Amino acid sequence: MPEEWTVSAITRATLPVLLGLTAVEIGSGLVLGSFENTLYRHPSLLVLVPVTIGTAGNLGSILASRLSTALHLGTLSFDPRDDDLAGNALATVTLALSVFPVVGAGAWGATVLTGGHPDLSVLTVVAVSLASGAALALLAVVVTVAATYAAYRLRLDPDDVVIPVVTNLCDVLGVVVLFAVVQVLVA
Amino acid sequence: MSIRDVAADAYREAAPALVASMIGGLFSGVVLSGMRAELRLVPGLIVCVPALLATRGNVYGSLGARLATGLHQGLVRPHFEADDRLLAAGAAAMANGLLASVFAAVLAFCVLLALGREVAGLGVLVAVALIAGLLSGLVLTGAVVAVVFVGFRRGYNPDALVGPLVTTIGDVFGLAFLVVAVRLVLEVR
Repeated sequence: MPEEWTVSAITRATLPVLLGLTAVEIGSGLVLGSFENTLYRHPSLLVLVPVTIGTAGNLGSILASRLSTALHLGTLSFDPRDDDLAGNALATVTLALSVFPVVGAGAWGATVLTGGHPDLSVLTVVAVSLASGAALALLAVVVTVAATYAAYRLRLDPDDVVIPVVTNLCDVLGVVVLFAVVQVLVA
Repeated sequence: MSIRDVAADAYREAAPALVASMIGGLFSGVVLSGMRAELRLVPGLIVCVPALLATRGNVYGSLGARLATGLHQGLVRPHFEADDRLLAAGAAAMANGLLASVFAAVLAFCVLLALGREVAGLGVLVAVALIAGLLSGLVLTGAVVAVVFVGFRRGYNPDALVGPLVTTIGDVFGLAFLVVAVRLVLEVR
């Protein structure tokens, strides 16, 4: 957070990180581009793209902000048996398992409602969404705990560093995981 | 607290925001799915989509965080007026958003060219990214300032409002303005 509220001070503080994150997101775009024809053939999978990467990023950022608060309060230790760590990780996975089947059904329903022909069965779309969500929840936990631990060791404030890193990494992982699941279940 | 208590607490706290952003995400998915024709007309545009959407979240999310901090510190007053700090923060967000959008278009073009994949002209990609970035920047700056100010005056914590708002509005408007930009650029060409 810059002390000065001027265009140049704010730009100096944010632009380098912003351009780095943009480059990471282009990586995620390249993965998306590599299966664009499958996505154009099955519109309900294309509907899944923003909601999958958005929900993955949100799961990561919610976990990151809770871990960061626990760290500031001094109640967190980086031990798998730590109650705060294990409880928050468990909540992330449970949230994913309860939200992603609804996401899949919603994507299928939205495709049908907007006049797209139901190119895949509702069960296939729900299976793609649930499998991606479960894998992403585990990856979000690993990435977030690692990023929070790194910030802690490097004496950086996790609030400033971890949330942007985790959100953007989860975006990329969201596309990669969706790609892998579609290869297995659809293509 | 036991593991189960921590998990139940975290679940209850996160579920409403997650469901709200899921509904927003489905809306953006419908818009994305509806722009298949535009995506096909501009090869390489789909490679820019995640970067353009993330830029909205990164830039205007940080504008919201900065305004929230400024309000808490008393540096900014929650009134719609031509305050120097408010104008600087808004102008910086717009400038950074546009720079990152153009950077995304140029980078996607270079990488696709190097990989030998099909890609539209550099001018087309940059023009689409600029127009979409400008339009969504105007809407998002207005929305972030309005929600942070009104929320603060009504006694809500602006930090809790900005995240879900920016992701949802950013994705829906970001994609809708991408369609507008593609149509404009192809029309003019």
